[in-house]
Amino acid sequence: MFYGLAGKLVPWFAAAAAVLFAVGLYIGFFVAPTDAVQSEAYRIIFIHVPTSILSMFIYLVMAGYAALGLIFNTRLSSMMATALAPTGALFTFIALWTGALWGKPMWGAWWVWDARLTSELILLFLYLGFISLHASIEDPRRADRAAALLAIVGSVNVPIIYFSVKWWNTLHQGATIKFTGTSMQIAMQQALFTMLLACWAYAIAMTLLRVRSIILERERNTQWVQDLPEVRS
Amino acid sequence: MSWSEFFAMKGYALYVWGSYGVALSIFVIEIALVRHKRKITLRQLRLMRDAGEEE
Repeated sequence: MFYGLAGKLVPWFAAAAAVLFAVGLYIGFFVAPTDAVQSEAYRIIFIHVPTSILSMFIYLVMAGYAALGLIFNTRLSSMMATALAPTGALFTFIALWTGALWGKPMWGAWWVWDARLTSELILLFLYLGFISLHASIEDPRRADRAAALLAIVGSVNVPIIYFSVKWWNTLHQGATIKFTGTSMQIAMQQALFTMLLACWAYAIAMTLLRVRSIILERERNTQWVQDLPEVRS
Repeated sequence: MSWSEFFAMKGYALYVWGSYGVALSIFVIEIALVRHKRKITLRQLRLMRDAGEEE
């Protein structure tokens, strides 16, 4: 049932992501003005910030699904966690990469052992740990449980990333976007928010597409999988 | 503003396009990998089913 639903949703989220990316990039590059201090380099924000926010958000959703799978023994939750991990890892890598490319012209260094950067790097290792741990265990159910434990323990790292700029005086900029609003120029805000939605829609499309394959793999011996049109043809 | 000026990003071209270029290629590669995973999963299922029928 979920398999069919996911199949119907994927094209919609994929199309939404494509449109939102186009609009977001257009506003970000052609409407948003040049920054007084950083000139054009600041435009990296439109990819750096959304991917960073999502790298943390996806991890929490992944840990949530993993916990659900662990507690209620629901296979689908564990499969969702497994499907989320690669996309989360890629977003984390993009966040680190774009951060480095933004840091070089602005701080003069590709990498600094700063609280936020370091905890984001740990996040990447947690993702990779989750993926490799899950892949290394033969029995899927045991793999789900083991990886779930790692994900849950690792989730303490996410608040650390988020609050790192406040707790320690870090080189990384403080939270520009607070829930109370932001000091940013309106077009910059629009571009940033559109890109955030674009990355979010992309992540959902990728995860649903991946989870469908995982479901097929793990439910291969069931009758309903055998009866699927795409399997029969 | 001419296109060449645009792409120059006032001297930050390497950093801006380095960021967006890598991000775009990661997205494209991920899409290709996930679609490929689906194709081979389906192929495996068909092989298993054919093997099943021969027994």
